[in-house]
Amino acid sequence: MDLMTAEFILGHLNYWLFIVLMMTGLYIVIAKGNLVKKIVGLNIFQASVFMLYISVGKISGGTAPIFPLDMKIDPEVVYSNPLPHVLILTAIVVGIATTSLGLALIVRIREEFDTIEEDQIEEIEQEMALAEIARHDAQSAGQA
Amino acid sequence: MLAATAFAVIRTRSLFATVMLSGVFSFLSALLFVTLDAVDVAFTEAAVGAGISTVLMLGTLSLTSRFETPSPRSSFVPFIVVCVTGAALVYGTLDMPNFGSPDAPAQTHVGPDYLARMPHEVGVPNAVTAILASYRGFDTLGETAVVFAAGIGVMLLISGLRRRRRDEDLPEPDHDRKEQV
Repeated sequence: MDLMTAEFILGHLNYWLFIVLMMTGLYIVIAKGNLVKKIVGLNIFQASVFMLYISVGKISGGTAPIFPLDMKIDPEVVYSNPLPHVLILTAIVVGIATTSLGLALIVRIREEFDTIEEDQIEEIEQEMALAEIARHDAQSAGQA
Repeated sequence: MLAATAFAVIRTRSLFATVMLSGVFSFLSALLFVTLDAVDVAFTEAAVGAGISTVLMLGTLSLTSRFETPSPRSSFVPFIVVCVTGAALVYGTLDMPNFGSPDAPAQTHVGPDYLARMPHEVGVPNAVTAILASYRGFDTLGETAVVFAAGIGVMLLISGLRRRRRDEDLPEPDHDRKEQV
């Protein structure tokens, strides 16, 4: 396989750019403690996956897959592949559904813990667990 | 420009700016979709990604806080994880066909078949609409089910919030519920 020819690099550069974007989103999800920011990172990741799919459907010299109104199709015209477009349309709508569910969960978490930072939530949960253990110890000491 | 926006999201501490940048990101990706011939996708991305999701995030911010507190954790381990994942993905692309090549596997199976059969079977000029509503109608049904489930989930989470807030305001919660009935 002849890697690293100019044609190969130019033909794959778009995929690599989308991967860079994807990894940016993944980094935000892993490294940032703020829950809203995690959702934004997830959205960036998602959007770059969409771009990858759409770029697979592109044909050089092609045009948008919309026929003339009178349906007289010129066989010379190249249309890009409409199938990835359909799949990604569905995926965008599902994506907004998951985003809204995540945001509602954040609102709920904020109500319960009064913070939307992951570290502080972990601290509070640890304190709650310690308090639970202490109460349990006190109960068993009272029984004995 | 997309990459610059994404990096700005990492750097900024103000959550309001983060949400606005995510809207900018959506619009830029819609532009990219237009250049890749996916006009329907661009339309949806601009309306849903930049419109609805920005509104939802701003709503969340109004219910929570507007600034991020800096995390004490080190960012080195996530960076390594991200680099390894990215390298694996780049390795995966080495087998992919060149961008825009007409003889790629994606271009030789169902896609052209749909395009050839669609004009006399469905008769809608927009190929994306025809496939979405006709050949892949079940996908759209499943999508509707997902959106419905998400809507119910959000309503359950948020409606509990309103009721509890009212309970906190009023000293006698039982009295409040009787009034509603």
